[in-house]
Amino acid sequence: MHKDDQALIFEISKPGRIGYSLPEMDVPEIDVNELIPAGYLREEEPELPEVSELDIMRHYTALSNRNHGVDSGFYPLGSCTMKYNPKINENVARYPGFAHLHPLQDESSVQGALELMYDLQEHLIEITGMDQVTLQPAAGAHGEWTALMMVRAFHEANGDFKRTKVLIPDSAHGTNPASATVAGFETITVKSGENGLVDLDDLRRVVGEDTAALMLTNPNTLGLFEEDILEMAEIVHAAGGKLYYDGANLNAVMSKARPGDMGFDLVHLNLHKTFTGPHGGGGPGSGPVGVKADLIPFLPKPVLVKQGDQYVLDYDRPQSIGRVKPYYGNFGINVRAYTYIRTMGPDGLKAVTEYAVLNANYMMRRLQESYDLPFDRHCKHEFVLSGKRQKKLGVRTLDIAKRLLDFGYHPPTIYFPLNVEECIMIEPTETESKETLDAFCDAMIQIAKEAEENPEIVQEAPHNTVIGRLDETLAARKPVLRYQKQ
Amino acid sequence: MKHRYLPMTETDKKEMLETIGVNSIDELFSDIPERVRFKGEYNIKPKKTETALMKELTLLAQKNADLRSHTSFLGAGVYDHYMPVIVDHVLSRSEFYTAYTPYQPEISQGELQAIFEFQSMICELTGMDVANSSMYDGGTALAEAAMLSAGQTRRKKVLISNAVHPEAKEVVKTYAKGQYIEVIEIPHKDGITDTAVLKDMINDEIAAVIVQYPNFFGRIEPLKELEEIIHAQKSLFVVSSNPLSLGALTPPGKLGADIVAGDAQPFGIPTAFGGPHCGYFAVTNKLMRKVPGRLVGQTVDEEGRRGFVLTLQAREQHIRRDKATSNICSNQALNALAASVAMTALGKKGVKEMAISNIQKAHYAKEALKARGFEIAFEGPSFNEFVVKLHAPVKEVNKKLLEKGIIGGYDLGRDYSDLKNHMLIAVTELRTKEEIDAFVNEMGDYHA
Repeated sequence: MHKDDQALIFEISKPGRIGYSLPEMDVPEIDVNELIPAGYLREEEPELPEVSELDIMRHYTALSNRNHGVDSGFYPLGSCTMKYNPKINENVARYPGFAHLHPLQDESSVQGALELMYDLQEHLIEITGMDQVTLQPAAGAHGEWTALMMVRAFHEANGDFKRTKVLIPDSAHGTNPASATVAGFETITVKSGENGLVDLDDLRRVVGEDTAALMLTNPNTLGLFEEDILEMAEIVHAAGGKLYYDGANLNAVMSKARPGDMGFDLVHLNLHKTFTGPHGGGGPGSGPVGVKADLIPFLPKPVLVKQGDQYVLDYDRPQSIGRVKPYYGNFGINVRAYTYIRTMGPDGLKAVTEYAVLNANYMMRRLQESYDLPFDRHCKHEFVLSGKRQKKLGVRTLDIAKRLLDFGYHPPTIYFPLNVEECIMIEPTETESKETLDAFCDAMIQIAKEAEENPEIVQEAPHNTVIGRLDETLAARKPVLRYQKQ
Repeated sequence: MKHRYLPMTETDKKEMLETIGVNSIDELFSDIPERVRFKGEYNIKPKKTETALMKELTLLAQKNADLRSHTSFLGAGVYDHYMPVIVDHVLSRSEFYTAYTPYQPEISQGELQAIFEFQSMICELTGMDVANSSMYDGGTALAEAAMLSAGQTRRKKVLISNAVHPEAKEVVKTYAKGQYIEVIEIPHKDGITDTAVLKDMINDEIAAVIVQYPNFFGRIEPLKELEEIIHAQKSLFVVSSNPLSLGALTPPGKLGADIVAGDAQPFGIPTAFGGPHCGYFAVTNKLMRKVPGRLVGQTVDEEGRRGFVLTLQAREQHIRRDKATSNICSNQALNALAASVAMTALGKKGVKEMAISNIQKAHYAKEALKARGFEIAFEGPSFNEFVVKLHAPVKEVNKKLLEKGIIGGYDLGRDYSDLKNHMLIAVTELRTKEEIDAFVNEMGDYHA
């Protein structure tokens, strides 16, 4: 062990210590060998830690100090919408009437929870311009797959079994092709043009009677609004396909353009992004799916409906694709999203998008002298730079990202989308102040100068993090994926 | 407008518009075609102040019969357990909950190490070699297991015991449809997967056999016997398991399982009306590179300091796109952290003590109901659940119980047409003798 190593919880374990206070065993005890069949009673105890409560708190406090969140500092991770996570959300999600409900209780005893879910659905229907919403999918990718399963069920219900292909632009998130594959489709890539937008000619070339759907993010992952969206919708619909909206970038268009009005038939949202989930270190998320009327019969079951003044879970859905998740979705995240929407109101959500877009454009203009700007036009909530000028000086985008760590920032998304060389993708969000944006831009400009004058300082970054660059090759070649007692 | 989450002032806005070279924010949206532009504001509820909204939502929450103000005997895959208070204190460290996926390891060592420890603890409990960083829930974890098995064996049929959680079973079937995998159910006999029928059903076209341990009826499946039947056909043996039970029961890894998946909700995660919970996924070394989702691995930096990174990423969607082993991206990291803290607090001794306390208290309740005249369906060794026959619909009985502040058991008739008027009762370590006695008393004369 290196002297600076942070101990694993297992390494501070000591036999004889405990960290729990279990309820009394107040029923007569029976020899457990009489209750469990021979061979099924565990012989070796699991090697879990033996530590006191203070040991636990110090351990996890030390770990949290080795972690950067939005509350620690600026986190302009493109496509991830790392906005402030309101504290009221955390309080509300912990109300006993929400946190400690069993999903299989009688419906009459959970009307408050169902009412919240129903009202959230209603709000999301208005926000997306769709006709119905399901809250069942647990995350964005889960929502994508759910929607594509519905597309398949829709075509098959029409006796149309030849639609085996899903069209996906080259700038799309990796989850799009992966979700299409899991839903049983073949994926076809649609090229982007010089202007960063979907090439309509290429779309016309690949679309056909085997097209099940086109998956699209709008604005796309370059932060650009697909201006030809109505033409694209026409092309896909004329061929009999469906149009699917990846809601990862919804923060860019709230109150400005609704997927339902752009011609989309299905949409998923990332409630942990636009609607302040929070991100939780990688999850849990929530990925509701909205659909137009002709797809409603295929929604996963149960579907939450209102009958008179009662909220009812409807299981009688003969054309449903089935269940995509036990119970009704990540309710706890949905409570947070609902709280957020109710905190913002219609004027608030509009302002969210306006400031998110103002902030991104401001940063783009402040940085356009120091870095290559591949698409010189108004961006939406995020924008991409290219580090190809710095690359010629021997400084890679990865180095720039690592140098930003020295300034206390989480770096932007890098090397994505794949169609921009040495890509740097910046999404500031609306919750950051001008001072924060300016300080970050100053750091980026300084790094660009360093790349010219003193490249080593960038190439060798980070200099003041708790750990240096890690050997990822070693991690993959000789995987150590768990602690084992020596 | 002014809002506490929106820091821009009018002066800021003016300066920024000048830098950009536009006169108004509206100009920045000029690329949205007129025909699709949304005019005005959403027709949604107006915003509320912090105080007013908390008051409204407090009242809404109070419309629900929660497990803190009621005594619950409902389980069926989601359990009311002891949650060490410390869990929520760790979870409230916002360096954890306001972070995203640890793609920048230098400033994400806390999350990465916590997940590495989670993977280690899941391996310890399940007896498996490798565990991933989490899945959405037990149901989707099982579906991923079915898909992994089909890919690994290049076979397109999966057998699933009908003593597996009915909702998990439905999720497996939905995913299977996407992958053109056929799912066939194995019947149970007296509450245990029918091994005689399994022997008839299994052949070299079967990718995997999925069972649950303890199963949906609370019974302990004979994994040893099942393993021999399954591996004789080179099918994969998939076990869905409540990890708490593995504090007392022989881990599936010791009994030949190839994949163990399930939900870590019993460890420090609130029932939360069904989610977010925490799926886990554990495999043998042989299947390591086929695992869905994120894996955290140990490595070193240039100075030889130990550190953790996301590893074996060539399996994942952001690298492999349509060739990935799964489409999962976001998982349940924060819930995995909760489970880790709870497993740490319980530790080596506590997890066993808690598991055995479940066995003892459920047994006590079972005997007390029998003494009262109730017949136990599927009598035999069980973990913290068992089935009783009633002479009235479960819904009706539960309605009476609710009036007394008791949340009764699960209505098996919802999923099993031959089990009308059968109630699945869960008794965890949280139920006191007094509460169990009161429950038995209120169950009164509903015995069949």
